[in-house]
Amino acid sequence: MQSLLLGIDRLSTFVGKTFAWCIVLLTGVVVYEVFVRYVFRAPTTWAYDVSYMLYGTLFMMAGAYALSRNGHVRGDFVYRNFRPTTQAKLDLTLYVLFFFPAIFAFMISGWSFFTQSFAQNERSAFSPSGPVLWPFKLLIPIVGVLLLLQGLAEVARCIRCIRTGAWPARLSDVEELEQTILAAAEAKGAEALAADLAAGKGPV
Amino acid sequence: MMSDGMLGLTQLFLFLFFIMLGFPIAFTLMAMGLFFGYLGMQERVFDLLIQRTYAVMSNDVLLSVPLFVFMGYIIERANILDRLFRSLQMASGNIPGSLAVATLVTCTLFATATGIVGAVVTLMGLLALPAMLRAGYDVKLATGVVAAGGCLGILIPPSIMLILYGATAGVSVVQLYAAAFIPGLMLAGCYILYVIIIAILKPEMAPRLPPEEVNIPFGTILVSLATSFFPLALLIGLVLGCILMGLATPSEAAAMGSLGSVILAIAYRSFSFAKLRESVYLTARTSAMVCWLFVGSAIFSSVFGYLGGQDLVEQFFKSLPLNSFTFMVLAQLLIFILGWPLEWTEIIIIFVPIFLPLLDDFGVDPLFFGIMVALNLQTSFLSPPVAMAAFYLKGVAPKHVRLEDIFAGCMPFIYIVLVCMLLTYAFPGLVHYLPRTLYGGSGGNTPTLQIDQPPPGGFQEEEVVLPSLN
Repeated sequence: MQSLLLGIDRLSTFVGKTFAWCIVLLTGVVVYEVFVRYVFRAPTTWAYDVSYMLYGTLFMMAGAYALSRNGHVRGDFVYRNFRPTTQAKLDLTLYVLFFFPAIFAFMISGWSFFTQSFAQNERSAFSPSGPVLWPFKLLIPIVGVLLLLQGLAEVARCIRCIRTGAWPARLSDVEELEQTILAAAEAKGAEALAADLAAGKGPV
Repeated sequence: MMSDGMLGLTQLFLFLFFIMLGFPIAFTLMAMGLFFGYLGMQERVFDLLIQRTYAVMSNDVLLSVPLFVFMGYIIERANILDRLFRSLQMASGNIPGSLAVATLVTCTLFATATGIVGAVVTLMGLLALPAMLRAGYDVKLATGVVAAGGCLGILIPPSIMLILYGATAGVSVVQLYAAAFIPGLMLAGCYILYVIIIAILKPEMAPRLPPEEVNIPFGTILVSLATSFFPLALLIGLVLGCILMGLATPSEAAAMGSLGSVILAIAYRSFSFAKLRESVYLTARTSAMVCWLFVGSAIFSSVFGYLGGQDLVEQFFKSLPLNSFTFMVLAQLLIFILGWPLEWTEIIIIFVPIFLPLLDDFGVDPLFFGIMVALNLQTSFLSPPVAMAAFYLKGVAPKHVRLEDIFAGCMPFIYIVLVCMLLTYAFPGLVHYLPRTLYGGSGGNTPTLQIDQPPPGGFQEEEVVLPSLN
């Protein structure tokens, strides 16, 4: 059970991290477009299509990764004061009630959206080069499957929490700087950390 | 059987309840949109869901979000903040409340460059707060300065909040940036002015530094500014300048800015593959969070508009004895209150769209409204009970600093925000001057860069169908 849960976490993380590099490609493509437009007066015909596809791919493929890191924003001003078991029970109910039906619909209708595009060999209308759109649209059902899997892992996590009374650990991963700093301040005391920083040692 | 409009209202009120259960909001929105959409339009809601999702995926306004986020993470990890603070501390040597002024300027510049509130507040809480406390500053003043200064980054362009507002309201991001420039700097200026006035009136709250810390040769100051302040200011200036002058779209400027920030990090010898990788992963997570919220809210609000919930809300507001001024007060008050429990992303993406169709009825310019909302949301970081900035600061502050002190320290800055909102309302020229000068026209709802965009994401559909009163 635990290994399956971590396996799904790893899959989501792997996919998310791999496609996270789209941001570097995206930066490169846009910079290249600006460069050739201003320096050679020869804008590309493909940069517009490629850039929104990279952006779309980036955030869609990171959806399950963000879920595995508990990275989707919650309205948690009440929730955060609950005990872990109460949180887990709430989450479990809402995964069944909200998440799975929605993502199931997302996956199924995403698939027919893709097949239509594939059957027509639909091309982008934004640029003369007009790249085919179906690979981009195929992302929707794929992301649906990834989110379903990650949702199952989250449900397993909730059940474990209800049994043991504490949230099971997540895979360790890079955290926001403020979280790293807050954890360090917690660990060695705020004054000591500030002294380190004043001595020229970086916080990370 | 309920009428469709009532169904829409039920949807909204149930959502207000469900949001408190703490489930990831993007999926709550999606599920509720689908459920109520199915009641109202049966299977067609599934096609709508996918089309709205695809609209967000191919939205060329939101395209700049990950690019700006990426630029922010690179700068955040470039070890530039302590240099910046030290050089500004030297530069502000003799003026009253110099440490607090240096803190505010550092926060403003760094927060503008990164757009990440938490990192600025925690880092400055470690750097500037102990320095101010050692110098004998009042705890409330010192904490208020750090918390309030750290939040300016989401207001002063180039900021992500304005991109999100532009995407939801269908207002050009370029115009929003031009419009927010003066009010943003004005707010930062008012903070600085307040600190200086306090330091003059009550020197015991912000004592002057001992002379040996103040008398630094001018050359040293200049060198230290040239290696910290000017490069970062130049980078932001170029990014913003290119956008405002129309040389580049926001996403192009953001991409160039990302490249520039990498070069800056290399120049500071703090660029490594590990840091790049961290920035890349964090960018993916943050972008996913923001854009999935858009996906959820796109289907939610499409259904809400389709069911006629939006019309009922509009009728309700029109039935109230409101004019343009009282409507503005009411709308801003609601947003102010929503800012207590919620964060700015949720407010901008989910709740502001409810007000947008009403703007036309009450003769409020969406551009102007956006700037007022942006100013207003500054308070959401500072006001209890969920004041992110205050809690982050508490986490890194010395033990004797109490949370109540931080909240009390934030209060004057909340008042300053309110004063700035009043000023902006009284002198709309503060908002309209730059857009009008740069782009002519009304400086209002003429989206210049969105002519050939793909199917718009966000909420334009509901806006378009609304009849105008005049």
